Amino acid sequence: MTASLVQNESGFVVELEQFSGPLDLLLHLIREDELDITDLPIAKVADQFLLVISELGLNQAADYLEMAARLLRLKVQMLLPRRIGDDEWEDPRAELVRRLLEYQQIRELVDWLARAAARRAEQFVRGYAPEPEPLPAAPLAIDLNDLLGAAERVIALIPEPILHRVVPRPLDVDGATARIQELLATREEFGWLDIVGERAGIVELLSAFIALLELARRGALSVGQPRAFAPIVIRRESPREAA
Amino acid sequence: MSPLAKLLEAALFAASRPLTFEELAALDPEAGEAAVRGALEEVQRAFATDDHGVELVEIAEGWQFLTRREYAEAVSRAGIAQRARRLSAAALEALAIVAYRQPVGRLEIEEIRGVDSGAVLDKLVERGLVEVVTRGDGLGRPLLYGTTPGFLEILGLRDLGELPRLEELSVALRPPAPAEPE
Repeated sequence: MTASLVQNESGFVVELEQFSGPLDLLLHLIREDELDITDLPIAKVADQFLLVISELGLNQAADYLEMAARLLRLKVQMLLPRRIGDDEWEDPRAELVRRLLEYQQIRELVDWLARAAARRAEQFVRGYAPEPEPLPAAPLAIDLNDLLGAAERVIALIPEPILHRVVPRPLDVDGATARIQELLATREEFGWLDIVGERAGIVELLSAFIALLELARRGALSVGQPRAFAPIVIRRESPREAA
Repeated sequence: MSPLAKLLEAALFAASRPLTFEELAALDPEAGEAAVRGALEEVQRAFATDDHGVELVEIAEGWQFLTRREYAEAVSRAGIAQRARRLSAAALEALAIVAYRQPVGRLEIEEIRGVDSGAVLDKLVERGLVEVVTRGDGLGRPLLYGTTPGFLEILGLRDLGELPRLEELSVALRPPAPAEPE
């Protein structure tokens, strides 16, 4: 019995020709040892199955591993003690036996279909056209730079997480108040931009705004706007009027 | 041969696929069904008895001229025509399950085979042997597959009724019957 089997360096099973699946292998073992499929000696079958898949290197193929695990579980279940004459006992092997019989039936049909197809292949239709060659999966031709480039493109697509770092940014209301008072001392009237300048940061803006409101409250100045959205005009108030 | 038989012969020669009875009958709307049947038999008989290299075969729910088996070897050796590629065991397993359980989803096929069957199904669809016929009611409305006329063609079957009946298999397994009360 030889399995045509190709393993690449990582031990990844890429081709299995001998058996079309774990059920096929199981049936093969059962037939070879002429076991009774309806009264399977699970312990024996499980051990053999494990032996064969490790010999053939199939123990890396998920389908075979799943079956191996199933067989081991059945082996344990069969060891559990049960009362004699226990009618409630359900044979844990029943499901596996059902699947094996079903699969065996499919294999018989496969033989029939293969014979029918071989017989039909002996006759040609008019206007023979060659079958297209089955396309092999295209080999992945890629160099390291392409791979890195692709990885970068994927990473670039990941949306930047929006993180809020909360840092204390002390408002300098006193400083802004001093600055406004300086302006008040020299000018009767001035604009908002005279206080904060063209490129004020959020902290400066807030500081100036609060200082402005505070000074307006105290009556040191009045704040006006000639029309909607027009620049704000700040005017010095006489202490007398504010009182 | 009768004129109708010759007409059918011409149509069958011209076609590169099996012609259905309806297609053949439509060639002469005057002729009744019985006459067409008779004429088809006439053609079939003529090619069966008169030492021809081809024969008229009922296949894939239709009729088609095929070369006789005894010439397959010489014709293919000469490179004029090639025998169809054999299907893999995996493909045949999936094909058998689809043929008997259609319409059937990928999951059921995988359950019976015990292995992943997506790639094998795709190949069968690509070869035109199987097609998506409907969608199931289950979770995600799975695609359900059935066989195509191409399936009958590569097996040389008239129709699905020519497949072996499950009772004829040595392991006849019927769908699990509901437990009978004792």
